[in-house]
Amino acid sequence: MVAFGRRAALGGAAALALPGLARAQAAGIKIGLVAVLTGQQAALGTQLRDGWLQGMKHLDGKLGGIATETLVIDDELRPEIAVQKVRAAIERDKVDFVVGVVFSNILGAIARPVTESGTFLISTNAGPSTLAGRGCNPFLFATSYNNDQVHSVMGQAATDRGVKRAFILVPNYQAGRDAVAGFKMRYKGEVVDEVYVPLTQLDFSAELAKIAAARPDALFTFMPGGLGVNLVRQYRQAGLANIPFLSTFTVDEAVLPAQQDAALGFFSASTWAPNMPSPENQRFVRDFEAGYGYVPASYAAHAYDTAFLLDSAVRRVGGRLSDKDAVRTAIRAADFRSVRGPFRFGVNQFPVQDFWLCQVAKRADGKFQTETVRKVLEMNVDSFAAECRMST
Amino acid sequence: MRLALAVFALLAAAPWLGFGEGHSLTLLARGMILGIAALGLWLLVGGAGLVSLGHAAMLGIGAYAVVVLDDARITDALVVVPVALAAAAIFALLTGAVALRTTGVNFIMITIAFGQMAFFTASSLALYGGDDGYTLYGRNTIGGARWLQDRLVFHYTCLALLIACFLLLRMLLASRFGRVLRAAKESPLRVEAIGFNPYPYRLLAYVVAGMMAALAGVLLANATEFVAPSYLAWQRSGELLFVVILGGLGGPQGAVVGALALVLVEELLSDLTEHWRLIMGPLLVLAVLFLPRGIAGGLAGVLRRG
Amino acid sequence: MQALNGLQYGVLLFLVAAGLTLVFGVMDFINLAHGVQYMLGAYLGVSLAAATGSFWWGLLLALPAALACGLVLEWLVFRHLYRRDHLAQVLATFGVILFLNQLVKAVWGSAPLHMPIPALLDGGIEIMLGLRYPVYRIAILAAGLATAAALWLLIERTRAGALVRAGASNAPMLSALGVDTGRLFMLVFACGAMLAGFAGVMAAPILSVEPGMGDTVLILAFVVIVIGGIGSIRGAFLAALIVGLVETLGRSLLPDLLRLVMTPGPARQAGAALGSMLVYLAMALILAVRPRGLFPARAG
Repeated sequence: MVAFGRRAALGGAAALALPGLARAQAAGIKIGLVAVLTGQQAALGTQLRDGWLQGMKHLDGKLGGIATETLVIDDELRPEIAVQKVRAAIERDKVDFVVGVVFSNILGAIARPVTESGTFLISTNAGPSTLAGRGCNPFLFATSYNNDQVHSVMGQAATDRGVKRAFILVPNYQAGRDAVAGFKMRYKGEVVDEVYVPLTQLDFSAELAKIAAARPDALFTFMPGGLGVNLVRQYRQAGLANIPFLSTFTVDEAVLPAQQDAALGFFSASTWAPNMPSPENQRFVRDFEAGYGYVPASYAAHAYDTAFLLDSAVRRVGGRLSDKDAVRTAIRAADFRSVRGPFRFGVNQFPVQDFWLCQVAKRADGKFQTETVRKVLEMNVDSFAAECRMST
Repeated sequence: MRLALAVFALLAAAPWLGFGEGHSLTLLARGMILGIAALGLWLLVGGAGLVSLGHAAMLGIGAYAVVVLDDARITDALVVVPVALAAAAIFALLTGAVALRTTGVNFIMITIAFGQMAFFTASSLALYGGDDGYTLYGRNTIGGARWLQDRLVFHYTCLALLIACFLLLRMLLASRFGRVLRAAKESPLRVEAIGFNPYPYRLLAYVVAGMMAALAGVLLANATEFVAPSYLAWQRSGELLFVVILGGLGGPQGAVVGALALVLVEELLSDLTEHWRLIMGPLLVLAVLFLPRGIAGGLAGVLRRG
Repeated sequence: MQALNGLQYGVLLFLVAAGLTLVFGVMDFINLAHGVQYMLGAYLGVSLAAATGSFWWGLLLALPAALACGLVLEWLVFRHLYRRDHLAQVLATFGVILFLNQLVKAVWGSAPLHMPIPALLDGGIEIMLGLRYPVYRIAILAAGLATAAALWLLIERTRAGALVRAGASNAPMLSALGVDTGRLFMLVFACGAMLAGFAGVMAAPILSVEPGMGDTVLILAFVVIVIGGIGSIRGAFLAALIVGLVETLGRSLLPDLLRLVMTPGPARQAGAALGSMLVYLAMALILAVRPRGLFPARAG
């Protein structure tokens, strides 16, 4: 479960267990894994961490054949804490790559400190539009998606279903606003109301009352982690389940154990689902469940992919990480087999991939997961790539 | 005084005592900055008997002054520092005027209220990042020169300012102003009987404390190059109060000792285990039970005997 | 419907604030760790409910369990602090908060826990066309009101209650009159701990059970007891309802109200800021008019 001690040394990595302010450098590779492991959204960060660790297990604790140590950093979903800890990881622990980040505001806060120090930042989940477009950076990669893209998938799916009146409910922060913008990109009907709630919201009774009063054709919502748990449960309790629940990141495997039957039949948009048939994915899901005891979500799947991505990149440069340009080219090549299927990087170093409509189902063993219903977008390039002015 | 001298000497020599790396220097800087803010709070709590739980708001005002000017591309410390101090002074004057009409628990709650109002205002300023915070483009310049970017220079700048604030407080305490303040802390009734109205003295102390916190805020923004509304939250005010109490209320050196102790112990413990608060909590409790005059009190006792 | 939510939230706050105000009023002890007592109640409730498979058993067993924890804390830490000044109490109880928040994280993990609503109280009843209000929330309201009534009876109509009231008014005098204040303190403390734990268990199914859940409740509880008057149960009740209503209604109505005069973007921003500030503004206003709170219990 929770590793005692901040360093999770794996495979033959030289373990630096001595406290003290002067540290010796190990010969292997060091990864700083940033994720939220505290608070309402802890389940998401745990997924991310475990997905990465599973990848490292399948790689025998080595990237490109070199022993690798992972420093797990809990950002506590507080930007100032994240900045402090990440700076320490770069300056004191001298990590070679910073990987992770569930939430976009954390990514936004650490982006400049990491990239300005010449360290590569690989986001395995957060993909804010600011960093996909004008804010793109040669030291920043995303292996997940651009946030708006996923929401646009739901917008497309809503249009395909013939939804004419939609009610929108999202949290009041950048990713929430991205969700609305993304949804509207492909949703062509009427938006009955747009409601923004604080990230710390626990009680949705006010908003549910509004939804009941408005009687929309469907609800579109983006409520990651604990927010989704409360919303889904209260939605079902308030008797609103007859209004289709179209969501992104709200009914994923990270929160399904808490939502259980309340979420059955609800929809979600994603790059991946556990039931995808490829051999890489089946191996991942099977060993992940065996090792960690719960169903992986996209947070884990993307982190798993990132391990293999970096493995291929390190192998390509023969372990010589000091030549940053060469490392960048190697990462861009994306020479690995993703659990999602086809994967490559766009000009803004964000992924180009397929997107699916998924639905919550109950498995034979009683556990819940999302399952693919149909492909909505194929090899989709995010809409901000054009704004990226990176020269290469 | 001897304790304070020892601490300052250690801080001055620190880069050569194993704290030379960038990260360690940042750590000490954070400790010293916390010390400056705590000194201001000590003036209120230890000097005047006013327990304020809204001190973080003043620190935050200083930090956000840096942010606002940074967004307007003004980064010269010669402009930023006066603006920050002025902003905090105005805020302290206005809120202090109201808060100081109350006493005891009511005073504490009013300071919380004002602190929270400042916090919520900062959180709702989407222009400066709102809840997500704001990343500075760089540290402040001094007359155009980017000296503060150098870790060592920044370290000594913080130390110099810390010593300056400490000396200022000692001066204030020894003056008539300080004596009236302390007398009013003991017995406001007697002070009024002699013919002094404690109110303007307390208000001045409140403003001075606020300005010191704002200075700390400016330095903090420079140290981390990142500012978030949480810098103004009541939990941070609580943290400052704990530092002051932990350090010892006997004299301003308590604030400095408490701040450095907290930062260093936190760093040491968080290295050992991720559940470091399991040790920190009981340590605090033990400190309260066995060090009634705070860490400074305890250390001063040792120094006297040793 | 929002008013109902506000009342229900207020009732929960009252359960927590009641213990806090009594402990502060009678024992002159600032117990910041009261919030973690609420949290412990929730966690114990979840674990016991999971172990016994029933919400009701979980609730029933959690109360003595929370009480036991409270008494252990009292014996280990708080007892030594009664004679110390308030600042020392604040620092020590803060240490307790740090420790317990982390302990909970270590034992139960940092992810939030799930507590299912008991079958008897599940579902909703129609109170308006097309809108169902959850039965469970009504149950909380009812339980809270019942507890408030029971407390009132206890305090106003029994001998023990008279002692508590006297203690809140002037504890040293009470001791001088020969009453065993030590036993009284323990009784007050025990009741306070149980009330907070009870609130925690009741809140578990609808709010998030996670480390640090007590901290937000704590500061609002302090606002409540200051508005209500320290040491006064009646005051705490009224103040808790006010705070609950202001907090809930303010957050939900203010952005809409502002949209009447501003464009949606700034209205949202200003609304969010003002809505959260409303409770503190209310408190400041009340204190300006009645500095000792609505129903001050302290004499002199």
